[in-house]
Amino acid sequence: MAMTMTQKILASHAGLDSVVPGQLIKVRLDMVLGNDITSPVAINEFEKFGFDGVFDKSKIALVMDHFVPNKDIKAAQQTRQCRCFAAKHCIRNYFDVGDMGIEHALLPEKGLVAPGDVVIGADSHTCTYGALGAFSTGVGSTDMAAGMATGEAWFKVPTAIKFNLTGKLKSCCSGKDVILHIIGKIGVDGALYKSMEFTGEGMHTLTMDDRLCMANMAIEAGAKNGIFEVDDVTMAYYSERMTHPCTVYSADPDAEYDEVIDVDLSAIEPTVACPHLPENTEPASGLNGVKLDQCVIGSCTNGRISDMETAAKIFEGRHVAPGVRCIVIPATQSVYLECIKRGYIETFIKAGCAVSTPTCGPCLGGYMGILAEGETAIATTNRNFVGRMGHVSSKIYLASPATAAVSAVKGYICDPREL
Amino acid sequence: MIAHGTVHKYGDNVDTDVIIPARYLNTANHAELAAHCMEDIDREFTSKVKKGDILVGGANFGCGSSREHAPIAIKEAGISVVIAKTFARIFYRNAINIGLAILECPEASANIRGGDEVEVDFDTGVITNLTKNETYSAQPFPPFIQEIIARGGLLSSISETRKQEASK
Repeated sequence: MAMTMTQKILASHAGLDSVVPGQLIKVRLDMVLGNDITSPVAINEFEKFGFDGVFDKSKIALVMDHFVPNKDIKAAQQTRQCRCFAAKHCIRNYFDVGDMGIEHALLPEKGLVAPGDVVIGADSHTCTYGALGAFSTGVGSTDMAAGMATGEAWFKVPTAIKFNLTGKLKSCCSGKDVILHIIGKIGVDGALYKSMEFTGEGMHTLTMDDRLCMANMAIEAGAKNGIFEVDDVTMAYYSERMTHPCTVYSADPDAEYDEVIDVDLSAIEPTVACPHLPENTEPASGLNGVKLDQCVIGSCTNGRISDMETAAKIFEGRHVAPGVRCIVIPATQSVYLECIKRGYIETFIKAGCAVSTPTCGPCLGGYMGILAEGETAIATTNRNFVGRMGHVSSKIYLASPATAAVSAVKGYICDPREL
Repeated sequence: MIAHGTVHKYGDNVDTDVIIPARYLNTANHAELAAHCMEDIDREFTSKVKKGDILVGGANFGCGSSREHAPIAIKEAGISVVIAKTFARIFYRNAINIGLAILECPEASANIRGGDEVEVDFDTGVITNLTKNETYSAQPFPPFIQEIIARGGLLSSISETRKQEASK
């Protein structure tokens, strides 16, 4: 039977010639990921059930990124628990303060995920690695513990929605505008339990950073995974960083999809998701007048070097509007270093931005930029749920780095072309 | 097994950030998590919930973060079962893995009101609304998942299988 790209990867990792939607299978894992919030729960369970060792010390990644550098004593205790576990089990890919980065920016950058891999991570945005043509999905801590012990996970084979991308983005738009547009169209449960498979001639015009940003937010449409066809752009990115061999899978031409959705990239406008769901999208131009208290540029969605470049070009010779606090967070140490080399950090600071060491911090209302009662923020992050960045009455508007930076300069939400 | 309790009803897209806000994720302690359960959607939840009570949601219950702290907080708060029109997939897995009972039932989700007294028979999947004198049928779990539940969750199921293999 003809299979989608996701189904092919799952079949091969289950040791089967083919699979059908709905089939329950056990698959071999190429990487198991956890962070400083989800790993402690997994470690507690792992130890409670007396597993003596991990399945493969090179196929587990523990990234301390949510509340580090430790925000308080409890966070410090949790990080220490992860650090001790990593040392005890000789976990090779343990990343702590000084070499950590936001997990979903860090793993691709370090070449730890290859096309064709199966990855689970105890973090919902693990779907990011679909940008590389891997099957990658978020799970909870118990699945992570089971994965670390056995190197396997169970899955129900998903059906898929095919996104046929055509055309080319306007220069003011990026991957964030595309994925917000798509979520606005299909809703926050529009791809529930399904794969989102991105293909079409327009796909080849998207950069790796665009793709990583889009796959990252597949979960915001309820998807099991988001995945891109592998092309020259993918292979160039992978070849520069590879740590292990890859297998390229592609969907059968006659594979069945629940739905095929055409997306003309050239028709996409700078898009903003209004409170309190990522599906509440509007063109940025239609939101003039929404006054801002804070702007956050960073996260696993938009903290990569191209995002920093976009923001730096806008802030060059300009200043954040009075009354707006702008926080810029490069996602990894190497993005941070590259920002320093290119002079972006100087640009950000002269523009009145606060620049932080890598952390998930404000995205999930952890620390480093919590909103007060009634405040409004524009953020390049991925969720605008009630209370996500602070007080329950605060509001978050999700946008691209271009829209966020221009809005920070103006003091209100606007189309990036307004500058 | 039968669950019986008073219903706490919420709408569509109840996300894991309102179930347990991230500001409390600096601990994995179950009781501490339960003390803040549903805090950002219903400040009174923890003071009014009684052991055995039932939580009913709409579509896409548990969307957002993969934090297992969310089903842990709900279970530890005393909720015996969560009924929804649909569940977000990571929450669905997590609930099964930690042994929080969940049932997908659009009819029950649409008709049950907050404060209704409801009984759930897990063997048959029949949900009885004692207040309105109505019954609804939930989708049963596939046998594979029933086995995980019967063996006390994913990890005890794996550790049991390993012990059996070792003794062969």
